[in-house]
Amino acid sequence: MSVIDIPAAERPVWHHRTPLGRLAIYAGWLGLVALFVWCWNIMTERTMWVFVYDAPHAAADLASRAWPPRWSYMDRLWQPLWDTINIATLGTLLGIVLAVPLAFLAASNTTPSRMILRPVALFCIVASRSINSLIWALLLVSILGPGILAGILAIGFRSVGFIGKLLYEAIEETDIAQIEAITATGATKAQILNYGIVPQVLPSFYGISVFRWDINIRESAILGLVGAGGIGAQLQASLNVLAWPQVTLIILVILATVVVSEWVSARVRHAII
Amino acid sequence: MTDTAAPVSPGVSPGPYPTRWKRPPQMIKSRFWRYALAIGALVWLVLALGTIEVNWQRVMVGMERGQRFIAGFLQPDFTTRWRDISTGLIESLTMTLTSTVVGVLISIPIGIGAARNVAPGWIYAICRGIIAVSRALQEIIVAIFFVALFGFGAFAGFLTLTFATIGFIGKLLAEDIEDIDESQAEAIRATGASWFQLINYAIQPQVMPRLIGLSLYRLDINFRESAVIGIVGAGGIGATLNTALNRYEYDSAGAVLLIIIAIVMISEYSSGYLRRWVQ
Repeated sequence: MSVIDIPAAERPVWHHRTPLGRLAIYAGWLGLVALFVWCWNIMTERTMWVFVYDAPHAAADLASRAWPPRWSYMDRLWQPLWDTINIATLGTLLGIVLAVPLAFLAASNTTPSRMILRPVALFCIVASRSINSLIWALLLVSILGPGILAGILAIGFRSVGFIGKLLYEAIEETDIAQIEAITATGATKAQILNYGIVPQVLPSFYGISVFRWDINIRESAILGLVGAGGIGAQLQASLNVLAWPQVTLIILVILATVVVSEWVSARVRHAII
Repeated sequence: MTDTAAPVSPGVSPGPYPTRWKRPPQMIKSRFWRYALAIGALVWLVLALGTIEVNWQRVMVGMERGQRFIAGFLQPDFTTRWRDISTGLIESLTMTLTSTVVGVLISIPIGIGAARNVAPGWIYAICRGIIAVSRALQEIIVAIFFVALFGFGAFAGFLTLTFATIGFIGKLLAEDIEDIDESQAEAIRATGASWFQLINYAIQPQVMPRLIGLSLYRLDINFRESAVIGIVGAGGIGATLNTALNRYEYDSAGAVLLIIIAIVMISEYSSGYLRRWVQ
């Protein structure tokens, strides 16, 4: 008796999952929806809905005040723009200088001590990564005072985690055969590092650095909001006096810088890799 | 036994093995450009380092604060400002979850629309435009505008993170849909399926694991960002941190930072674990 002989109503219907599996998935989605509603209620507890309902009106008002951008303000933006690029580039350099030794300490195949130094290096990398550069800047400005030095250090400290993590993963993924070949020639530890590992991670190192530089340009543009120099300081000053046409111009400049830096980094990475 | 000639790859003359070291190929061929770039970089470095102005007196004063901050970090004070900290933390966490859910829901149609192989040209252009705008504007700048429009508090932060999520998930989802195995879509099309059936039976099963993985990853990022946008008034733990620093309460600030680091570490490990489990 084949399937065709069974009357349509009794024919077995194909299902992707077992009934229990389906039930579990539905329960999971229901749980997510419940969690969402619960979180939403907590979050909006203190929301002033008057402001929210008023938003379209406020947006129209803001747009009418912010347009057209005040182009003449551009004269005073060149210097902060130069500062912004310097903060990003010097910060990236600082990050690289600090991250390279950390990455070699953190990679399981190059670390000198697995018990002590590796966890310490990993903790430094995680701590640096979990604190956003704006928070780093907030701390450093309150210690060093406002200025581009705080910005450079903030960008550098945040970059350490990013570059360190990607670099130590690249070091751990190196081809063991080449390192064994170098070791077999009787090379010292430093020579193994220099001829076995460094040539293998160099391309990814350049890629990571340029990628981070691109991110840093974005981040350094806003560091000035907390006083760490660059074009963000100008943004903060304009926001404080509600000079919306200047704000529009600054945001346009930041956007242009970001687009250019993304283009440069894409070109460089394309050329390297 | 072993006197058979070693296999020689075609195109390489079987000459004696080179005994002299040869310089590996350089990245920039022209010698002139190599030197020009090096000198240019040096000049820039000198100029850039020259623009750093350090007020050493201010730094000396700040060093004392720095010591207090490090002391506060080592001996964090969770109790004095616990009410502020817990309010900020709850705001951050709820903001993170709601904005990720809403952002993912909005970014699914946009991601499908931004995939070249399933969307017509004009929808593709619109969706790519939305993604580009969302990705180009930093969270902080968006947060400034949303705070100006919607008032201070977690709602502005929720909108900011939603906006940022749309660009992130939309772009990666669109790329994922463009990379699918076309033969499955072809097979579904051959049965005479409509466009919605094509999405449901050919695209969705292929991209679903990665979409869940990306959402978890974005949940992780959104928490980190929620710690930052509070600085411009969009609520969350960033606001608490900013207040603590403004009051020079470094022990409370240290406590907030430790909580942020701990949650980021937990969420990073658990989201990495979940992603491996899903995929």
